[in-house]
Amino acid sequence: MYPELGQVSLILALLLALLLSGVPLAGALTGRDSLQAFARPLASGMFVFTGLAFAILTHAFMVDDFSVAYVANNSNSMLPWFYKFSAVWGGHEGSLLLWILMLTGWTLAVAVFSRRLPSTMVSQVLSVMGMVCVGFFLFIILTSNPFDRLLPNIPADGQDLNPLLQDIGLIVHPPMLYMGYVGFSVAFAFALAALINGRLDAAWARWSRPWTTVAWSFLTIGIALGSWWAYYELGWGGWWFWDPVENASLLPWLSGTALMHSLAVTEKRGVFKSWTVLLAIVTFALSLLGTFLVRSGVLTSVHAFASDPERGTFLLALLGITVVGSLSLYAFRAPVVHVRSRYGSMSREIFLLLNNVLLVTATLLVAIGTLYPLILDYLDMGKLSIGEPFFNTTFSPLAVAAGLLLGAGVFSRWKKTDGGWLGRKLLWPLALSLTASAAVILVYGAFKPWAFVGVFTAIWVAVATLWDLWDKSASRQGRLYGLKRQSRSYWGMVLGHLGVAMVMAGATVVSNYGIERDVRMVPGDSAMVGDYEIVFTYIGNRRGANFTAQYGSFDVLLNGEKISVLHPEKRNYPVGMSVMTEADIDGGLFRDIFVAIGERISDEAWAIRLQYKPLIRWLWLGALVMAIGGFLAISDKRYRIRAKNQVKVADSSPKVGSTQATGATS
Amino acid sequence: MKRLLLFLPLVIAVSLGIFLAAGIGKDPTKLESARIGKPVPAFSLESLNNSTQLLNETVLKGEVALLNVWAEWCPSCWDEHEYLMRLSKEKGVRIVGLNYKDQRETAFSFLDRLGNPYDEIIFDPKGSLGFDLGVYGAPETFVIDADGIVRYRHVGVVNQRVWEEVLQPVIQKAKGNS
Amino acid sequence: MRYIQGALLLLILCAFGAQAEVREVYDFETRAEEQRYQNLIAELRCPKCQNQNIADSNAPISKDMRDQVYRLMKNGATNDEIVGDLVGRFGEFVQYKPPVDRRTILLWAFPAIAVIGGVLIVIGVAVRSGRRDQDESALSPEEQARVRKMLAEKDQSPRD
Repeated sequence: MYPELGQVSLILALLLALLLSGVPLAGALTGRDSLQAFARPLASGMFVFTGLAFAILTHAFMVDDFSVAYVANNSNSMLPWFYKFSAVWGGHEGSLLLWILMLTGWTLAVAVFSRRLPSTMVSQVLSVMGMVCVGFFLFIILTSNPFDRLLPNIPADGQDLNPLLQDIGLIVHPPMLYMGYVGFSVAFAFALAALINGRLDAAWARWSRPWTTVAWSFLTIGIALGSWWAYYELGWGGWWFWDPVENASLLPWLSGTALMHSLAVTEKRGVFKSWTVLLAIVTFALSLLGTFLVRSGVLTSVHAFASDPERGTFLLALLGITVVGSLSLYAFRAPVVHVRSRYGSMSREIFLLLNNVLLVTATLLVAIGTLYPLILDYLDMGKLSIGEPFFNTTFSPLAVAAGLLLGAGVFSRWKKTDGGWLGRKLLWPLALSLTASAAVILVYGAFKPWAFVGVFTAIWVAVATLWDLWDKSASRQGRLYGLKRQSRSYWGMVLGHLGVAMVMAGATVVSNYGIERDVRMVPGDSAMVGDYEIVFTYIGNRRGANFTAQYGSFDVLLNGEKISVLHPEKRNYPVGMSVMTEADIDGGLFRDIFVAIGERISDEAWAIRLQYKPLIRWLWLGALVMAIGGFLAISDKRYRIRAKNQVKVADSSPKVGSTQATGATS
Repeated sequence: MKRLLLFLPLVIAVSLGIFLAAGIGKDPTKLESARIGKPVPAFSLESLNNSTQLLNETVLKGEVALLNVWAEWCPSCWDEHEYLMRLSKEKGVRIVGLNYKDQRETAFSFLDRLGNPYDEIIFDPKGSLGFDLGVYGAPETFVIDADGIVRYRHVGVVNQRVWEEVLQPVIQKAKGNS
Repeated sequence: MRYIQGALLLLILCAFGAQAEVREVYDFETRAEEQRYQNLIAELRCPKCQNQNIADSNAPISKDMRDQVYRLMKNGATNDEIVGDLVGRFGEFVQYKPPVDRRTILLWAFPAIAVIGGVLIVIGVAVRSGRRDQDESALSPEEQARVRKMLAEKDQSPRD
């Protein structure tokens, strides 16, 4: 009974979404407040019914209702309750429902937090969100119904959740990732609304900015969690594989990063509007592209869902309608007239524009690298693989260039920066960074040119960011007062950039100075990895909730002193008949020691993989710092106080709006 | 003029969409063999039926033939075997078997159960010829022309549809050329 | 139902395929050789798997390919020769680093082209903005009116 109720609530939510996508927009276009007033109730209702559907599906998992096909395929009565819960989004249908739940959640959030915005703007934004919702409700109801029943042959037990997914990482990774993907729909909706009503101004940028930042922060956390999960759960100790699915999450992140910076310029200086609005559209389109790539099976990936041409076609149609619709609107309505704002060639505007050039190049590079095999195959020019070596060669220089530019950019001023002054300003940070990088390289031993460049870039970013903070916090009332006086959005930027520095440092050091060894060991043997000695003490058996495992016990010694004991496992999940390697890791801020057991070579001997991973945690910590920066930035009080002023400005400047509209058609 | 420039993103997106649409439903894991147009690599392996008899690449010359890579441990080989029997018995297609990473006893029990469609079976327990041919998983079926040149490689099960739509046209062409 | 079975099968295959196994252990004379081997097998793609290099995949074919890499290394082959040998057997698909040729030149050159193009555009924007700075009168009266309006708009909107 319940599952049918779930389906009914999805259909009701679809109907509400249909109303939401039409009624408030019609109200806004005809100026009828009575119709616009529907926007918020409709958004709330849509969320409530989607939430209900989600709750019902969760309930089906919790009570082991294997008459529901999706539950039978992704759960098992032996599964611990928390994995039953996370199994709700362990497969295609449920994760899509989670996606939609978040989409309606974001819609509701816009409805709730936009009370100070002009009502026409809110109506248009919510209508655009409603349109996106309609597409996804149709998708789930028509092609991927999570409530399909297996009647009358109800299986006695479920097929079990893929053991790879039975992990804390999976409980949190997809929700965070989807929060990011879906969150960009808000910036998209604001962009479309601004294009529709012709008010593409600084106020629009200000409203979009916090939404973009918060979505970006979630996405950052989501990607980092995915990388962390792959590192310890997939069992081979890598942290980024340039797999199409990973690339799919990186695409909106890169363009979203460009968007955040471009929004800053548009908000503060009122320039580059057409560019910013294009980025807002493209970022969400890339989120959708990612969803398409993961769920359509056009590319091979370790992480892809089972491919299904019907779903792929539907999603592509959805993507096509969204992209063609929004980009056509863009082509006809985006302003071409130049705002003749004055800025010099060394201004912050120009630095941020260069930042955009690099970030957009990086986005396109990842997109082209991911899709090129598909295109060549279509043109019958052979099947190629484009993987890590290609991306490492081409992506790293872009990252370095962006980092170097960032260091100079933080000192630059709006409108005009004196070149000589900037050069002198950079001299000391430059000297400090060079010295510090040399010291770091000495610590790690061998000199490698790329390692030096990477470490230098990371330190340069950090030094420049902190230097600027030091400059800005100078105050007669003391340093502490000066630091406190800085706005939260400034602190957000500082953390964001420090996070970038950490990620760069981690990526450079771990890929240049990490050690991987595959050794043959019998209990009693020891092997060296870096300065660490690993002693294989014994092998044992244990039984888990839904698996049996063989585990090895390894002592980790540094300078003859035991610093930890690791227990990597080989698990056997009887339900799915699968074998899993669980690595064990001695984690630390400056290095991880990673041990995994593999095949039994002979009665006594085992193949053991040992890894020394310096600074690897900095990758994920850096991402966390970035995300915290993002959350800090949106908590800045100016978004609340200024929002009030903005309403006044926007309402009192219809003339400006119409000027732009004429500008747009001329 | 500037307005035209704004259409650029739309044009790029649409052309990308065409490629994506073409990619739907295609199996990206299917690979073309690197050996197409090249002769079957030289080998010297025992015949499955007769361990004293050594076979070499000439076994694949003289007549257009299918080279079918199979093993007892490969589930899909069980599925396609019945159709191979029909091809050999009813259509008179010459099929040479490549018993891949298998053991003699299990291979014999497989043939005893399902019949033997092969003119000759190359016994390749270490998979060395398979490796040279670029075999990455059984079953695979190669079309070899009369000169011993690889014309086509099919990965996966051979059935009526594959025969009619894929293999037969290739064989016709190979016959026409030589 | 068919899809479900398909999905299930894929899931099971993934569970096997995606799992890393510590592989058989080879002997190397120097640490540098060992690292060279590790780098090589990380750049070769398993033709059977979803998307894995032969270092991480435990498919039988990956083991054969690793054996071959090791064997060729022992025979003194260069990296290019080793990759070439495997490409000769399995096709270009197995190398993660696409060769630079007519088909891929666009791919390889793209970052440079995009950055240079982008920087040229930015220079154009900067120069134009600078020129306006000195030569305001270059605007037509109509444009000047529009600029004044825009500037008025900007003055209305709050700045930090």
